[in-house]
Amino acid sequence: MKAEAISMEREPVSEAPDCKALFTGFMQLGLMGFGGVLPLAHRIIVEDKKWIDEGKFTDLLGVCQLLPGGNIINMSVAIGMEFQGIKGAISSVLGLISAPTAIVLIIYQVYEHFQYLTAVQHMIQGLAAAAAGLLFATGFKMLRPILKSYLTVLTIALTLVFMLLIKLPLALTLFILVAINLLVLGVKKS
Amino acid sequence: MILWTLVIVFTQLSVLAFGGGNAILPEMQHQVVTVHQWMTAEQFSSLFAMAQAAPGPNMMIVPLVGWHVAGPAGLLVTSLAKFGPSSIITVYVLKFWQRFKDHPLRARFEKALKPITVGLVLVSAWLIADASAQNALLILIVILTAILGMFKKVHPLWVMALGAGLGICLL
Repeated sequence: MKAEAISMEREPVSEAPDCKALFTGFMQLGLMGFGGVLPLAHRIIVEDKKWIDEGKFTDLLGVCQLLPGGNIINMSVAIGMEFQGIKGAISSVLGLISAPTAIVLIIYQVYEHFQYLTAVQHMIQGLAAAAAGLLFATGFKMLRPILKSYLTVLTIALTLVFMLLIKLPLALTLFILVAINLLVLGVKKS
Repeated sequence: MILWTLVIVFTQLSVLAFGGGNAILPEMQHQVVTVHQWMTAEQFSSLFAMAQAAPGPNMMIVPLVGWHVAGPAGLLVTSLAKFGPSSIITVYVLKFWQRFKDHPLRARFEKALKPITVGLVLVSAWLIADASAQNALLILIVILTAILGMFKKVHPLWVMALGAGLGICLL
């Protein structure tokens, strides 16, 4: 008993999960998260299941945020790969998105069935307005900590102009703005 | 034919999704509504709203668009095209990650990308609001929920419920 407690302390990471454990673990995560799954991901993966430790989590998150794709989808790929290779990655992603996909489909079917009712139409309109409001809130919250430099303000303004007014394709917008920012940051440094 | 078009559109979105799902919402809306005319902007906002009301990662509008356009096959193809390519990129980058982890360009790239992501999220918010908030009350709901959403302690699900409830009662 005592020896076990000591070894638990020394080794916070539990034994490697198999594909099934990855699937069910990420399914749990997918079903519990609303809006942002990330804080929950930390709790389940690091604290509850102890699949990886704090440092590894931060490290993987750093990569995942940098790459295209949703952070949490990329995280599930990374953690699945870590323990069970490609099979693990597939198990994790499927676990994460299968249940939410089923739920969202049910909501959609119910909506299609009852959309002739004005009350349902009004509900969806209100819901869409709230979804837009929450997106604004997300944007503003992300804005606050970085709103110190002129470059940030200029970049955000240019993003709005490119996407909303000139309606440039996303690929071009990304390319131009990343290039400008890398250049300015590079010049600043040297 | 239509399945193939879905594959092309969502594969492109997948590899462009720097900064996560909300950053590609404007391009997705442009492709789905303007270029291919699979639905109206208002329908797109409705699908987004339903996806946000469900649990899970915030890109659950993807399977819905696939389903709306081409049924079960559309759902499958769209999900695969959206989640596949970015996942494959993740797998490959992770293999070389240890080498790039402390490269000075990495931090610079991160810093360069951040404000663009924020801008894109704001563009998404604007587009969804523009298509769905067609009268004064709906605009009011957008403003109210944006303010409520700024508080960490208010769960987003309650904010959504409030929006839906106000929609039913007052519209």
